[in-house]
Amino acid sequence: MDKEFNVLGKRRFSFIMTLLIMIFFYLPIAMLIALSFNSARQGVIWTGFTLKWYSVLFRDDEIWRAFLNTVIIALTSSTVATAIGVLSAIGIYWHNFRLKRYFQALIYTPLIVPDILMGVSMLMFFVSLRIQLGLFTIFIAHVTFSISYVILIVIARLEDFDYSIIEAAQDLGASWYQIFFKIIIPMIKPAIIASFLLSITLSIDDFVITFFVAGPGSTTLPLQIYSMIKFGVSPEINALSTLLIGATFIISIFGLRFRKLIFS
Amino acid sequence: MAEISIELRNVTKIFDGDFVAVNNVNLSIEKGEFFSLLGPSGCGKTTILRMISGLEEPTKGEVILNGRVINDLPPNKREVNTVFQNYALFPHLTVFENIAFSLRIKRKSEAEIKKKVMDMIDLMRLNGHENKKPSQLSGGQKQRVAIARALVNEPSVLLLDEPLAALDAKLRQHMLIELDNIHDEVGITFIYVTHDQSEALSISDHLAVMNEGKIIQVGTPVQVYESPANLFVANFIGETNFIQGIVEKVEGNYILLKTEKLGEIWCYRDFEVKIGEKINVSIRPEKLKITIEKPSEEVLKNSFVNVFKGIVSERIYLGTHSNYIVSIDQGYQMKVYRQHIRYLLDENIIDWNDEVYVWWFADDSYLIKD
Repeated sequence: MDKEFNVLGKRRFSFIMTLLIMIFFYLPIAMLIALSFNSARQGVIWTGFTLKWYSVLFRDDEIWRAFLNTVIIALTSSTVATAIGVLSAIGIYWHNFRLKRYFQALIYTPLIVPDILMGVSMLMFFVSLRIQLGLFTIFIAHVTFSISYVILIVIARLEDFDYSIIEAAQDLGASWYQIFFKIIIPMIKPAIIASFLLSITLSIDDFVITFFVAGPGSTTLPLQIYSMIKFGVSPEINALSTLLIGATFIISIFGLRFRKLIFS
Repeated sequence: MAEISIELRNVTKIFDGDFVAVNNVNLSIEKGEFFSLLGPSGCGKTTILRMISGLEEPTKGEVILNGRVINDLPPNKREVNTVFQNYALFPHLTVFENIAFSLRIKRKSEAEIKKKVMDMIDLMRLNGHENKKPSQLSGGQKQRVAIARALVNEPSVLLLDEPLAALDAKLRQHMLIELDNIHDEVGITFIYVTHDQSEALSISDHLAVMNEGKIIQVGTPVQVYESPANLFVANFIGETNFIQGIVEKVEGNYILLKTEKLGEIWCYRDFEVKIGEKINVSIRPEKLKITIEKPSEEVLKNSFVNVFKGIVSERIYLGTHSNYIVSIDQGYQMKVYRQHIRYLLDENIIDWNDEVYVWWFADDSYLIKD
């Protein structure tokens, strides 16, 4: 009896802990979503369901511009970062050169360096080269930090394959061009998709680095939210955040298939 | 003289400027033969294979295929195909598409691809697996796909790099016979790299024994086993008892060797020797007789028989035969095999610690130059 009770007790304990953690994780998000449908202009008292904050949001030109900027940056920077990252990963993994190990370490540093340092250093870089801050500089910055992630994911995939597969293709008459498109690309396709999706979410999400390298007229959604929040939390922000959460959620669902690759 | 398929002329391969993997190798392999490169790992046999396939470039010398120097030809332009040690199948393609790969590269018509691939699938008994991915196949099936993929291209030489190393012993035997049948069927030159002497002996028309980048001996399996060129070959291929001695007396075709390990023994004179010359003799354990009772008078009448007494210090029972280590009176530990033909019937069972006679005729040994 005693033992049985003990097991039940343990089970109840872990259940409660899990519940508490879930509440801790998701209650703020749930509240934010709920408040975006609350008709009250201020406070957390529920006064009725409404969609008016969404309609306000959709009529806000500034937000539309920020949304468009975010989409443009996300798509272009992830495409370019994926292309560069895939080629670099293949080169780094299969090509032996001097200082290879140091080079590899160098590539992973953006993952470790604090965002604020990345942001400041890039700002100084652009300013010293007299490059006009704007969408282009944001694009460059996003490509820069995304590349590291892409290389990480693609190399993890390449590690599953032996170089003899490439030699076999060569032996069977394939040129380098054919090997690249018929063997390497299809073999690492899951990693390419996974790193592309990850780059998109990183780009949509990024605030700190973007904050430093953005210029007039190149506001992205996170920056827009930040500037709006300076004047107090408005239900519009809640609505916008809800939409952002929804979008990232959908991309994550897509990415779930490739989750193993992202985390391996 | 038969036509030559592959020839290597003074081929040397040096890696990283100082590691000599292949050292001035000369080799010619006839069209349609099953040729093995045999040697311990790191002896350069795989490097030779890779130089023939073009995946490695010789530092010096010439690789000649069907009378043409192919040194400068990239691997995708050579009429040779390779079966890789770990199969190297394309993981994202089905069995059918793996086999069809080289035909698609050559832009053959769909009908031709289908016919040729299906012929290969029949030959390799892979029917029913066409649409499977490599990860769904067993080791033996992967092996057959790898062979099919290399053969479908109709190469003039097929290179096999330790193709059976990853299979278990039973399957290995089975695939070996299958390889032999495939070779008979397609009739092209096979070059087979292995470190397993029994594989090489059982399947090859000719084989080359290699060590430290050099070819030590080329010959038929019988030549290499029965008349090894030096100590390394004798030791690497099969088990043997080595005894070093000095030639004391020459009597017709026989010599009397004075040895430290066994005293005086009679040996067959396999080549010219001088009195006083230092020489080795190799005596294969399966050629030795081991008996409890003294050899018969008839045996002892032969003046070129060597008889020694000893005690069994080790016995390993292996079913078909037993391996013995007999401690000869002089202290020498001798390896002896004994077939179990009538075991448990009227065969005298010889066991550990038994006093035995070990004897052999002078013709049973083989002389090896020091």
